[in-house]
Amino acid sequence: MSKKSYRQAINEALRQEMERDERVIIMGEDISGGTGAAGDQDAWGGPLGVTKGLRPQFGPDRVLDTHLAEISFVGAAAGAALTGLRPVVELMFVDFMGVCFDQILNQTAKFRYMFGGKAVTPLVIRTMYGAGFRAASQHSQCLYPVFTHIPGLKVALPSNAYEAKGLLIQAIRDDDPVIFFEHKAMYDDEMEVPDEPYSIPFGEANVTREGDDVTIVAFGRMVNLANQAADSLAKQGVSCTVVDPRTTSPLDTETILETVEETGRLVVVDEAHPRCGMASDIAGLVAENAFDALEAPIKLVTAPHVPVPFSPALEDIYIPSVAKIEAAVRAAMSHGSKVAAE
Amino acid sequence: MTIEGHQPRRVPNWWEDDAGDGGPVEEEERMATIRPITMPKWGLAMEEGMLARWTVDVGETVALGQEIMDIETTKIANVFESPVTGVLRRRVVGEGDTVPVGALLGVVSEPDVPEVEVDDFVRQFLEQFKPAEQGGATAVVPETVEAGGRRIRRLKAGPDTGVPVLFLHGFGADLSSWTLNQAALAEEHPVHAIDLPGHGGSTKELSDGSVEALAAAVLDYMDAEGLDTAHLVGHSLGAAIAATIALDAPARVAGLTLVAPAGLGEEIAGDFIDGFISQSRARKLRPYLEMLVANPDLVTAEMVEEVLKFKRLDGAMAALQAIAEANFAGDTQRVSLRQRLGDIQAPVQIVWGESDRVLPARHAEALPPHIQVTTIANAGHIVHMEKAPEVNALIRRLGET
Amino acid sequence: MASGLQLSRDELVNAYRRMRTIREFEDAVHAEFAAGSIPGFVHLYAGEEASGVGVCMHLDQRDTIASTHRGHGHCIAKGVEVGPMMHEVFGRKEGLCGGKGGSMHIADLSKGMLGANGIVGAGAPLVCGAALTAKTLKTGGVAVCFYGDGASNQGAVLESYNLAKIWNLPVVFVAEDNGYAETTASSWSVGGSQVGRGEGFGIPSREVDGSDFFDVYEAAGEAIERARSGGGPSLLHVRLNRFYGHFEGDAGTYRLPEELEAARSRDPIMLFRQRVVEASLIPADELDAADREIVADIRRYLEAAKSAPMPTEADLMTDVYVAY
Repeated sequence: MSKKSYRQAINEALRQEMERDERVIIMGEDISGGTGAAGDQDAWGGPLGVTKGLRPQFGPDRVLDTHLAEISFVGAAAGAALTGLRPVVELMFVDFMGVCFDQILNQTAKFRYMFGGKAVTPLVIRTMYGAGFRAASQHSQCLYPVFTHIPGLKVALPSNAYEAKGLLIQAIRDDDPVIFFEHKAMYDDEMEVPDEPYSIPFGEANVTREGDDVTIVAFGRMVNLANQAADSLAKQGVSCTVVDPRTTSPLDTETILETVEETGRLVVVDEAHPRCGMASDIAGLVAENAFDALEAPIKLVTAPHVPVPFSPALEDIYIPSVAKIEAAVRAAMSHGSKVAAE
Repeated sequence: MTIEGHQPRRVPNWWEDDAGDGGPVEEEERMATIRPITMPKWGLAMEEGMLARWTVDVGETVALGQEIMDIETTKIANVFESPVTGVLRRRVVGEGDTVPVGALLGVVSEPDVPEVEVDDFVRQFLEQFKPAEQGGATAVVPETVEAGGRRIRRLKAGPDTGVPVLFLHGFGADLSSWTLNQAALAEEHPVHAIDLPGHGGSTKELSDGSVEALAAAVLDYMDAEGLDTAHLVGHSLGAAIAATIALDAPARVAGLTLVAPAGLGEEIAGDFIDGFISQSRARKLRPYLEMLVANPDLVTAEMVEEVLKFKRLDGAMAALQAIAEANFAGDTQRVSLRQRLGDIQAPVQIVWGESDRVLPARHAEALPPHIQVTTIANAGHIVHMEKAPEVNALIRRLGET
Repeated sequence: MASGLQLSRDELVNAYRRMRTIREFEDAVHAEFAAGSIPGFVHLYAGEEASGVGVCMHLDQRDTIASTHRGHGHCIAKGVEVGPMMHEVFGRKEGLCGGKGGSMHIADLSKGMLGANGIVGAGAPLVCGAALTAKTLKTGGVAVCFYGDGASNQGAVLESYNLAKIWNLPVVFVAEDNGYAETTASSWSVGGSQVGRGEGFGIPSREVDGSDFFDVYEAAGEAIERARSGGGPSLLHVRLNRFYGHFEGDAGTYRLPEELEAARSRDPIMLFRQRVVEASLIPADELDAADREIVADIRRYLEAAKSAPMPTEADLMTDVYVAY
């Protein structure tokens, strides 16, 4: 056990799985860096250094820099997975999914079903998501709802370094295609992470706080904001259960419904856009299955239906905040006058 | 000496020892007028703690040993008993606040001390207080060593001379089981706490989960560390391992403290073993961990998380299952040491919590009379955590005989 | 003009039988579709047989191919079982893909056939991946991409040329140019030339006459050997003709009757037969006997498929994931 950053935890997961299974290879743009150039090799280790050190250890046959053409290298990763390798390919920013989406949507996701159960596609696509970096509209989106929508894919959203290592190891060992979402603003966040390899099962939510009054379901980085809101609300006499589903596909519906049955109130926090996002998905699920348990309308805290703005002043308003989460909880509590809204 | 409101205990006069663990103070010091209550150091690695709840108000008289607050660290939650007698004059730290070890939590004094003197005391204390250097060279943290070809994680502390004390945890636990005990014993003895094979951060490779195999691994550790003899303190399955070492390698054992030991009777709560192994979610695991204690509040969310994190490690589940299969069969123990306990040469004592729901305390009945048996009220299976000061005193006393 | 002497008698017979099997399969499907008994879309390979068979005769179980929407011919050329293929086209439970893929997604991974593909050009990246696997695991395998003139304009294909080249992958790109991307003539839609494009990426490229089995066989042999021995990718521009429309139901009015007659006059199976009979390599009556046998086989497969059970509701939800 030692203190590791989100970045280091992901690097360690990749390294340990590559040590364990020689069929695991990684590929992507500049995941090592300097290929063909005369200067430093392994110059970057990925745009934010996540894959640094892997090429020196495993060599160019297992750590492959690609050309800058997503259709071909994401598709090649899919074809390699289909034929016996276990590739981890990096789609540098999830915003680039439009470039190569067919290879994910119509190829990777559908091989097993279209081919009558005979295909096994153990592909992992690692990708960066999220706002807060001032990277503007084409480098800051979430988009995991789009992948969640597609049968045949699995989607993981680690909320901290411990989750990241365990979920990535699980993703690599999983025989189905997994899209692994890394929030770019969390790479430096540190916590105690075991040094040994470990895996966290998909489809099992983590309940980070237990409470009686409100259930807050949050995704990815938003879990940490939800925890902060819960701790602050606890001092004001409102106790919250916070649920981190860890994976949106498969989704731990059992835990979500169980806690809503207990608290009677639901707030969902999702950095993705409000239309057809995870917030509306969870709200629909709960409204359909736990209607009688609800004592207040479901509250959704999401980004607005707006591209991510550049200016820091605007981006900071765009992203859901601890204050907005607290306000949503109070609004849920004030229905039926349990607690004043303000 | 009688102290108003103090509950009598079956353990004789433990409070007369100056343990330096945030516990009681010398008699002459008790007579001074203003005394600080500071954040205790529970565990060698502890750097800060959170005052979860005050259970006394300003103006109330507190008695030595009275429970006055609940404290939580990243590892553990426990009630904190007052080290002093007097009237609580200030609650310096609020509920939910986290402060470093040694920081001022509250102030107790004789009732007639003026407010302004109490204020002075607080101000001076806060001005002079420097938290111990965080994570510096002096920080004692677990490390991994090679012993008998195995990776063993251990926490070592204390002086270089003296009879070493070696702590052996129970099934599914790890060296942090001894968080409230190790620091106390490290005052005067070299202390080692290890993660047994299959547990914590030690190797998960386990061909044989039997007590004998685990005992051999512990002996390998003692050999690798140059521990010719040691006072073995074992809990539950760890106690059975310790007793096995005492029987098979008597020259290596200077003393034996068995805390709620396995192997002294037929029964074990098979539900606990099965539930511990099978549950992978916090809410479903919690009731099984609550079987370990008399007061369920001691089982914090962090504690449950630590168990889950351990079980997710590669090889951990296989190791647990191997050990369970080797040593337990449903509600019956396979380990059987009762008949041979009398053969142990070294001094032996047994400590048990009266309310133990995993291994019944009556397993300690009708043992050879030279084995001292202490049962402690209001304590369950992990009595060494629930009643640490009492257990520490017992360990120390055996070490002195 | 390529010589027939590199092939043994058995190989020649095998080549003929495979091409004939494809032809009879496609003609049967053509008739069945017209009669309304086949669901969905089918795209027929009749007229293009020499390309698939000429290439696949060099391949073995280490090798993989990716196909287009026009995949029946590639399947049969690669040795996929015909009976289960027929079942699949009819959507039957015992079909090659459990009835879940149909004609457009027909596949058999156990034979290295990575599937027909409903997305034009999508097979090229997959083939790069299969080649990467072969190279990484050192199987000695080669990956062949069959695609059309329409696909040759897709970014996926052009990117794949580059990727195969810079990673030195054991790939053969087989551009089957039947002159039409749906209804749009390749003479109009393809800027530059196929061979020019391949060479633009540094890939050895050559023109191949797709109506001449032997030309295909020789060109493919050279390309596959280059790939297998670590020489990297090659590109074959195979000119050929499809006898039917783009899909069944396409009246094909964008082609003049003279064109279709000219295409039929260069029927690759007929030309093959002429060559081997004239060179006294195989007697005509042996080929006739093969024809009769294959026609009967296809009829049997057809009847079996048409009377086979459909998948049920229980089959709907299976095979999405290995485990969920």
